[in-house]
Amino acid sequence: MKLTLKIWRQRNAADKGRMASYELDDVSPDMSFLEMLDVLNERLIIEGDDPVAFDHDCREGICGMCSLVIDGTAHGPQRATTTCQLHMRHFKDGDVITIEPWRASAFPVIKDLVVDRSAFDRIIQAGGYVSAPTGSAPEAASIPIPQADAHDAFDAATCIGCGACVAACPNASAMLFTAAKITHLGLMPQGQPERYGRVTAMVDQMDAEGFGGCTNTGECTSVCPKGIPLETISRLNADLLKATAKG
Amino acid sequence: MSLFSEGEPIRDTRAPDGSIKGRWDQRRFGGKLVNPANRRKLSVIVVGTGLAGGAAAATLGELGYHVKSFCYQDSPRRAHSIAAQGGINAAKNYRNDGDSIQRLFYDTVKGGDYRSRESNVYRLAQVSVEIIDQCVAQGVPFAREYGGLLDTRSFGGVQVSRTFYARGQTGQQLLLGAYQALERQVAAGTVEMFTRHEMLELIIVDGVARGIIARDMVTGEIETHTADAVVLASGGYGNVFFLSTNAKGCNVTATWRAHRKGALFANPCYTQIHPTCIPQSGEHQSKLTLMSESLRNDGRVWVPVEKGDTRKPADIPEDERDYYLERIYPSFGNLVPRDIASRAAKNVCDEGRGVGPGGLGVYLDFQDAIARLGRDAVAGKYGNLFEMYERITGDDPFEVPMRIYPAVHYTMGGLWVDYDLQSTIPGLFVIGEANFSDHGANRLGASALMQGLADGYFVLPNTISDYLAKGPYEKIDDDHEAVVEARASVTDRIEKLLSIDGDRTPDSFHRELGAVMWEYCGMERTEEGLRKAIDRIRELRAEFWSSVKVPGENEELNQNLEKAGRIADFLELAELMCIDALHREESCGGHFRAESQTPDGEALRDDENFAYAAAWEYTGEAPVLHKENLEYEYVKMTQRSYK
Repeated sequence: MKLTLKIWRQRNAADKGRMASYELDDVSPDMSFLEMLDVLNERLIIEGDDPVAFDHDCREGICGMCSLVIDGTAHGPQRATTTCQLHMRHFKDGDVITIEPWRASAFPVIKDLVVDRSAFDRIIQAGGYVSAPTGSAPEAASIPIPQADAHDAFDAATCIGCGACVAACPNASAMLFTAAKITHLGLMPQGQPERYGRVTAMVDQMDAEGFGGCTNTGECTSVCPKGIPLETISRLNADLLKATAKG
Repeated sequence: MSLFSEGEPIRDTRAPDGSIKGRWDQRRFGGKLVNPANRRKLSVIVVGTGLAGGAAAATLGELGYHVKSFCYQDSPRRAHSIAAQGGINAAKNYRNDGDSIQRLFYDTVKGGDYRSRESNVYRLAQVSVEIIDQCVAQGVPFAREYGGLLDTRSFGGVQVSRTFYARGQTGQQLLLGAYQALERQVAAGTVEMFTRHEMLELIIVDGVARGIIARDMVTGEIETHTADAVVLASGGYGNVFFLSTNAKGCNVTATWRAHRKGALFANPCYTQIHPTCIPQSGEHQSKLTLMSESLRNDGRVWVPVEKGDTRKPADIPEDERDYYLERIYPSFGNLVPRDIASRAAKNVCDEGRGVGPGGLGVYLDFQDAIARLGRDAVAGKYGNLFEMYERITGDDPFEVPMRIYPAVHYTMGGLWVDYDLQSTIPGLFVIGEANFSDHGANRLGASALMQGLADGYFVLPNTISDYLAKGPYEKIDDDHEAVVEARASVTDRIEKLLSIDGDRTPDSFHRELGAVMWEYCGMERTEEGLRKAIDRIRELRAEFWSSVKVPGENEELNQNLEKAGRIADFLELAELMCIDALHREESCGGHFRAESQTPDGEALRDDENFAYAAAWEYTGEAPVLHKENLEYEYVKMTQRSYK
């Protein structure tokens, strides 16, 4: 099929940036979205143009590195799917496709479609862990965990840290990302000792990074490639309330 | 001119003597320790943040060393360990099904086709039980039984259930455990994190590893980082095949640069071709996706009995299907080791019985499992894998059998290390997939996660102290001759790559190299093919350095410059892989030489002549082979049989 791509081009953080238009023929429906961009880039190199920079790595939907806003939706039109797993069979001949980076002041653009998401690492540094230095662990079977809790904890722990939730949120809030970690660790017995200190520290860091507040619009969960549920945010808020009450 | 020459054998692996059961205790007791107060004066560079590197950096930080951790991705959480699906082995024997450290050791040595080092493998089996404890303590949400205890499943090549898992995302959950421990140390100030940084050269002073030259991939700045020891945890080199299940960024540069500086590279030809991957769909294909081996627990592999049968799978009656793994290997059935399952798939496709486009595929069918267990139970076990398959292919495995085909997945070879995981360059340690030590000629499923975490959490942090106890080493200034030389080699190479301005893209070379390697150094290798490959690789390398076109500049984010540097190293490694494959005139594990097979087509080892690890020395011309003889005191070498 034939496509027109309108892509955000920005040389570096200082550049103002603009949309540029490219025509692409011979796109196969079996290509992944990123393979389609590979084809464009191969052509741009030979033509002496600057290829489009975009983040990607595993290309199987789990590393969380790919990050494109496609036709206004983070990770594109297919639900619960990362950009790298989106295939061109979801588009049709003659389509005009707009491709932009994640937009959030806490995720500054580095080049073209590549943004800096190191703020997420700093939120985890603030408390997104269990303090269990190597060697200090008790025998694994000594801590039974009800299957349902393990199940729900996993559903939150499956977050890939891609940042689509931030990109989709009208407030550019990192609430779903933060809540996923709070929920994962808060549902496990191992996470209890640090539970309330964790939520306070992580939320403070989230604010310090310049992410916006959560107003429960739910855009985050609708674009989340792993379907992290909105309930995680309720859990975070409940923990935060208790933490504040505890002082 | 001869392709290689032979040098002195490797006589000392530094493994302690005595009973294999006590060696690890003995090593830990025999090693020097560093006083906690002195640890913060000692610095360690760790390159790579996967299971091995992330775990090592976190643990070294916890111990109080000053750690500098590097990854090429934008966050340490993205290392490709994250994509491991199936699980992690441990000899816990929670199932009471006859498992033990001895059995895990035995299975691993046998699975590796008797080409791994006994002492290391035994230690791996011992440490495996501690890994599960550690990960559970970090809050890794492993699968649980109704009673709340840890669940396990079976994996290829073994008859016990010892694989712990977190749905089909075990690697992700284990890596996030290590990542969180690492970020905790970043917050504590013991670990300095360098993301979007790529190691491009090793700094050696007086024969000892003292640092790295890294490129900041955002600004292009060439940085010097010195330390008392360097740890490479940079993963495997499967991307030499272009199409593999590795992440796009996986590369051999860190280990290859160290090899060029004197570290021996062992068994480069040992590549694992994973039997259950989604077949290629077209010319544009940029990578292949694995479907976890755990699917073989419940999925049945088959092809039509007749050649060229183009009926839909549902229209082929039971008696016209050949469940060839169950037929040929009745005792292990669909759970034979990976190398065997892959070659069997190739054989039936070569016979013209393959399915799907180009006849390069076999069915993995869940109809019986769905009938037996119910759709919900199957979805519970494999739901995310089925979804992934459907996203890529557009087919629903609940309705039609999956089509699968083997793809390059893991590399058992890597930098040679001794029992302490130290390379032949003092002060340079190599852990995880980047080293060669534990899997011999074939890795069993769910053992990569085990080895990465064993090395990172438990082995390296103990063995490296013996080396660091001799430090701190003299400070190295930026104008030290060795630093200047290493920096110059990096900047010269970048300038050269940018100045060629030819007419071919870096990827076009990579694709061509990959096709040559898959054809001649893939699932089946012959002398004739390998010689052809070596000639072609040399030509391709020359073409690369005269006609590659790398756009842009160094002083910016330049993804094609990154690629070009990695491809240049793959073009050198590929030749060594072929030389290694050519010299090993036997079949073992993932290395199948067509000239060396049993009458029924199984790999035929030649223990008399090849029971050694082949460690190659870089010379710039023909490499020099150093043999480490493998002695088996505890496991008797036999012809592997899974029938």
